[in-house]
Amino acid sequence: MFVNRKAPYGTIYAWESLEVVLIAAAFEQDVSMAFLDDGVYQLKKGHQTKSIGVKAFEKTFGALEDYDVTKLYVDQESLAERGLTADDLAVPVEVLPRAEMGKLMEEQDVLLSF
Amino acid sequence: MKFAILVNEGPYTHQASDTAFNFAKAVLAQGHSIFRVFFYHDGVNNATRLTTPPQDDRNIVDRWSKLGQGNELDMVVCVAAAQRRGIVDDGEMKRNGKDATNLAPGFRISGLGQLVEAGIQADRIVVFGD
Repeated sequence: MFVNRKAPYGTIYAWESLEVVLIAAAFEQDVSMAFLDDGVYQLKKGHQTKSIGVKAFEKTFGALEDYDVTKLYVDQESLAERGLTADDLAVPVEVLPRAEMGKLMEEQDVLLSF
Repeated sequence: MKFAILVNEGPYTHQASDTAFNFAKAVLAQGHSIFRVFFYHDGVNNATRLTTPPQDDRNIVDRWSKLGQGNELDMVVCVAAAQRRGIVDDGEMKRNGKDATNLAPGFRISGLGQLVEAGIQADRIVVFGD
């Protein structure tokens, strides 16, 4: 499971995390992604990055399905704290209460946090 | 136990690299093994031999080099992250038409597959980041 906690732009963590996800999927690993804290902004619809001169990668989330990466979990509290709901997100996700997210993390063989 | 270590921050700005180094030393001192240390994000900056800190400060790069060489650790720098940040070995210099190399001894540049493999092979992968 890849744990994403950072906003999509401003730092490169989100993009470089996505690069690892794609590689792991190419190695046919059982990949899932969790989005917590400002990481939930990574999935928000309508990235517009022209004015900051950075490549937008919203579309890459849409392509994850082609890599059989379909398990995307979003922390309910993180969404609520930011005034967001699942409808604001660019791809289908499973919204989980924080306690359940914790349990899910416990079940993972490998957790990589970015 | 077989550990893998992921270092996601560069030297000096963040504590992460220091903590990862101390952790690696402790792991070895306790008789465990380290399958691989993988440097990603700004962590690749731990691998430039051109680092020259003030004399009264620790040399984070040399320290990693010595630990790696002394214990035959596999210290891998992500190629994509390295290219972005100008960490260059002989192969990368030729491939990208650069005029210099700066990869410190004990490190090698390779792909993200090495990180995935470390996650699979190690009993524990421990992430040091911000």
